[in-house]
Amino acid sequence: MTKQKVIKVKNLTKKFGNFIAVDNISFEVKEGEIFGFLGPNGAGKTTTIKMLTTLLQPTKGSIRVNGYNPASQADKTRKSFGIVFQDSSLDEELTAFENMEFHGILYSLPKKLRRERIEQLLKFVELWDRKNNLVKTFSGGMKRRLEIARGLLHHPKIIFLDEPTLGLDPQTRKHIWDHIKKLNKKEKTTVFFTTHYMEEAERNASRIAIIDKGKIVAEGTVNTLKKKKKAKTLEDAFIKFTGYSIREETATPLDRLRLRRKWRR
Amino acid sequence: MTLSIIYVLWLRQIKRYFRSKSRIIGSIGQPLLFLLALGFGLGPIYQKAGGGNYIQFLTPGIISMSILFTALFSGIEIIWDRQFGFLKETLVAPVSRLQIMIGRTLGGATVSIFQGIIISIIALLIGFHPNWSMFPLAIVFMILIALFFTALGTAIASKLEDMHGFQLIINFIVMPIFFLSGALFPLNGLPKALLVTAIINPLSYGVDGLRGTLVNGSHFGLGIDLLVLGVITTLLLVLGAYLFSKIQI
Repeated sequence: MTKQKVIKVKNLTKKFGNFIAVDNISFEVKEGEIFGFLGPNGAGKTTTIKMLTTLLQPTKGSIRVNGYNPASQADKTRKSFGIVFQDSSLDEELTAFENMEFHGILYSLPKKLRRERIEQLLKFVELWDRKNNLVKTFSGGMKRRLEIARGLLHHPKIIFLDEPTLGLDPQTRKHIWDHIKKLNKKEKTTVFFTTHYMEEAERNASRIAIIDKGKIVAEGTVNTLKKKKKAKTLEDAFIKFTGYSIREETATPLDRLRLRRKWRR
Repeated sequence: MTLSIIYVLWLRQIKRYFRSKSRIIGSIGQPLLFLLALGFGLGPIYQKAGGGNYIQFLTPGIISMSILFTALFSGIEIIWDRQFGFLKETLVAPVSRLQIMIGRTLGGATVSIFQGIIISIIALLIGFHPNWSMFPLAIVFMILIALFFTALGTAIASKLEDMHGFQLIINFIVMPIFFLSGALFPLNGLPKALLVTAIINPLSYGVDGLRGTLVNGSHFGLGIDLLVLGVITTLLLVLGAYLFSKIQI
């Protein structure tokens, strides 16, 4: 193994008051891997991603993303990755093009390159015809596609996808994954993703970690995980690793907002 | 590259403002109501009491009010951006929090000054006669008021998790600041308690400065107005930038 480790996490812990969201986890992701980070609701996936992407400070433990420490070298870390959040982070009062343009300027892409890539990506997610429409007029799937296109705009070394294909139809999901895989091959982009669709993880991930109640309960390729639990599918293995009980989460302000957004639709 | 980042954040605030027709109408409507209802309603009494033309007196107060409302609201918009997710997009970008804060604040301030100028123009139409020679200094006061309250909004929004606190802010910050600033009444001969609240109220210096430049008759003196407003605006910009840099999502 000569491949570089682009993400290194050691004894990482995050506490919110008395609640331990992430409990002493360690894992590594190699350059060019497509790494699936799976777990039931409230397992600590999003909290981990937030710590990796400089949005939250860890309580304990160390993180290296592309060799940088997100807590103390935020700027260098931020240049290394792109992210598609679980919840929309588009500006709905701007057009699709303006959202892309804004992103390109924030990441200091020169104008010519920026315009080229925006056109290419918007065509790819089939939003080029709608580029001058305000995002608030878009359907959920269109917003998702735009968000993914935007996350890829600055050709990051690592891309974090937090449930990227939630609410998309199978066609769009396949289309987007094909593109991500192409990018992964061509540019050696490392992909770190979470999902609740097990067949999506089974089909795309080169390696998987399963997190439950803040702890990593299993790690390995899809086949190793299946073998370990003598399961036919990844879904079976997942259930065997994490149990049958349904998870309760207390509502955060964000959850309340998600609910409100659903009502508005 | 830094400038283009500040510019694009500024531009976003401007675009959002001009695209939201309801926001423009709403935020011009309220000051206009105050100007017309109070200006013409209390005008005759004010004149009889020997105060002179009330529209002359009131207009600088209403200009300040419209800037106060819009600026504070622009700062508070961070809560919306937090809830609708867009804040994350800027916070994970490789730009410093200070750049984000500067761009947003300038955008919010620009929009509020625009609002103040609209109110000035409307006031001209209903018979307001400003002292044109001091107009450039009046613009300086508008800029200071706008920056101060945008920064205040930013500071408050950085500490709030969701929109529930918003109504509280309107009732316990914006309204008292406006009503106790001397925007509607002269500070001369006020009861002691009311005078003290006016003296510790940042907007008082803005109102007083605008009144001093546009129609003469400043209470504290233009030098004091400029000094106080300049100092507290600088302090609040620093505080706003600090609190904004501490936001965790």
